[in-house]
Amino acid sequence: MGRLTEAAAAGSGARAAGWAGSPPTLLPLSPTSPRCAPGAVAHACNPSTLGGRGGRITSETPSLLKIQKISRAPWRAWLVLAITMVRFYMEKGTHRGLYKSIQKTLKFFQTFALLEVRIVPTSVLVTGVQVSSRIFMVWLITHSIKPIQNEESVVLFLVAWTVTEITRYSFYTFSLLDHLPYFIKWARYNFFIILYPVGVAGELLTIYAALPYVKKTGMFSIRLPNKYNVSFDYYYFLLITMASYIPLFPQLYFHMLRQRRKVLHGEVIVEKDD
Amino acid sequence: MRHSPVEILDAKTREKLCFLDKVELGQGKSLKDEDVLQKLPVGTTATLYFRDLGAQISWVTVFLTEYAGPLFIYLLFYFRVPFIYGHKYDFTSSRHTVVHLACICHSFHYIKRLLETLFVHRFSHGTMPLRNIFKNCTYYWGFAAWMAYYINHPLYTPPTYGAQQVKLALAIFVICQLGNFSIHMALRDLRPAGSKTRKIPYPTKNPFTWLFLLVSCPNYTYEVGSWIGFAIMTQCLPVALFSLVGFTQMTIWAKGKHRSYLKEFRDYPPLRMPIIPFLL
Repeated sequence: MGRLTEAAAAGSGARAAGWAGSPPTLLPLSPTSPRCAPGAVAHACNPSTLGGRGGRITSETPSLLKIQKISRAPWRAWLVLAITMVRFYMEKGTHRGLYKSIQKTLKFFQTFALLEVRIVPTSVLVTGVQVSSRIFMVWLITHSIKPIQNEESVVLFLVAWTVTEITRYSFYTFSLLDHLPYFIKWARYNFFIILYPVGVAGELLTIYAALPYVKKTGMFSIRLPNKYNVSFDYYYFLLITMASYIPLFPQLYFHMLRQRRKVLHGEVIVEKDD
Repeated sequence: MRHSPVEILDAKTREKLCFLDKVELGQGKSLKDEDVLQKLPVGTTATLYFRDLGAQISWVTVFLTEYAGPLFIYLLFYFRVPFIYGHKYDFTSSRHTVVHLACICHSFHYIKRLLETLFVHRFSHGTMPLRNIFKNCTYYWGFAAWMAYYINHPLYTPPTYGAQQVKLALAIFVICQLGNFSIHMALRDLRPAGSKTRKIPYPTKNPFTWLFLLVSCPNYTYEVGSWIGFAIMTQCLPVALFSLVGFTQMTIWAKGKHRSYLKEFRDYPPLRMPIIPFLL
């Protein structure tokens, strides 16, 4: 990580554009590409490719120190998570009890991801939706509804999240180092095609598995009559949440597909000119 | 009669849409803006920019739709039409006086709004984007249904402090409704029919308008007050949440209005706050 400090300190302020939130996010094309001159990134590049939905680089771009902190902590977390999961499975041969063993790390770093929302002011909405849905899954589903912790679907979304985040953070890290192997960029813009639906499937199946327990225990719910004349049924809330995936998922997925076409397709055009 | 050539360009692409070589200036007054081309500081050639605002709908239409909805929807719940509550409650009536009172207050509020839209308000803009009607109606109709469901529910619990609480809340509600109406009338009198002039509003003989001394948008202040009164009267959390959301939105509007008053009038009274005296 020492190398990261040196390289980052070598005047790569323009590349700080990478810190604009969770997928879909794009860095400007490498500063050496003919389309983007270093320092002119904010103006020369198509603003819609900068970090999520129309991110802007302004003079308030996060300081390099902050970026280092951000890049290091989640990086380690997801790597630790991945290694723990693999080792657990190899030792125990089953996924039962897996969630229990990783839950502390998962909760800590998923909640820590809230910081990301604040530091990246431009795509608050997109990042916010992503982060809050993850926090919802971790705290309001898997943490609170213990019987479903051993479901296979939990492993499904955990694997999807882990691989996605490791790919994403290695993409940011290598870009900051100005040494981005093509396969990392390729991974970042292609893995999601499988990982995103897999993650969504895992999440939906988990919520679905939780429904009978929620109905039976009446957890997180208030019934009438009561002093404040209000009611809340967590069971129906979960049904509505599941239904909301239907409009939201395609939008995000197609947005990411479009970004992919722009970045990977855009690369091709540049090479042709050369 | 003065004639001038006029070039019309697209605002975004700057391409020439058309060229009129002999336009009688003084005509071509748009319905929204009463600037006269003749009075504009241009030479003998004027360049006009057009922008497509997208599908539009008139303000009056939007207001009428978004206010008629809650009026009608609340009554559906009040009369307990089938398929809302259990079948044994169909078309029954609540035994609590406060529930009947709440229906009267809610209905009065929206009838008042409808009448004001038709006869009192003088709008600055004729139209707004079409998608606003869907957004606004979802908000008003959705909240109306949510509130009405609980207030008219067979398991409704009347306020903790009984008739005292209801009487106090009713008083707040009535005062704020009268206040809100007084402000609307005062604002209307500021502006002659068909014009769009803007003047600083001042207190009149009507005591309800004296709130202008402390606040730029007392109509919003009174509106929040009405809903707080209604929330206390019904002791219903959804009503309180509706008041909170409404308050947030009205504060944003009040701050904007306050800022444009300050910008437009050098002598704007410094004591005034946007919506809450001395505070906000």
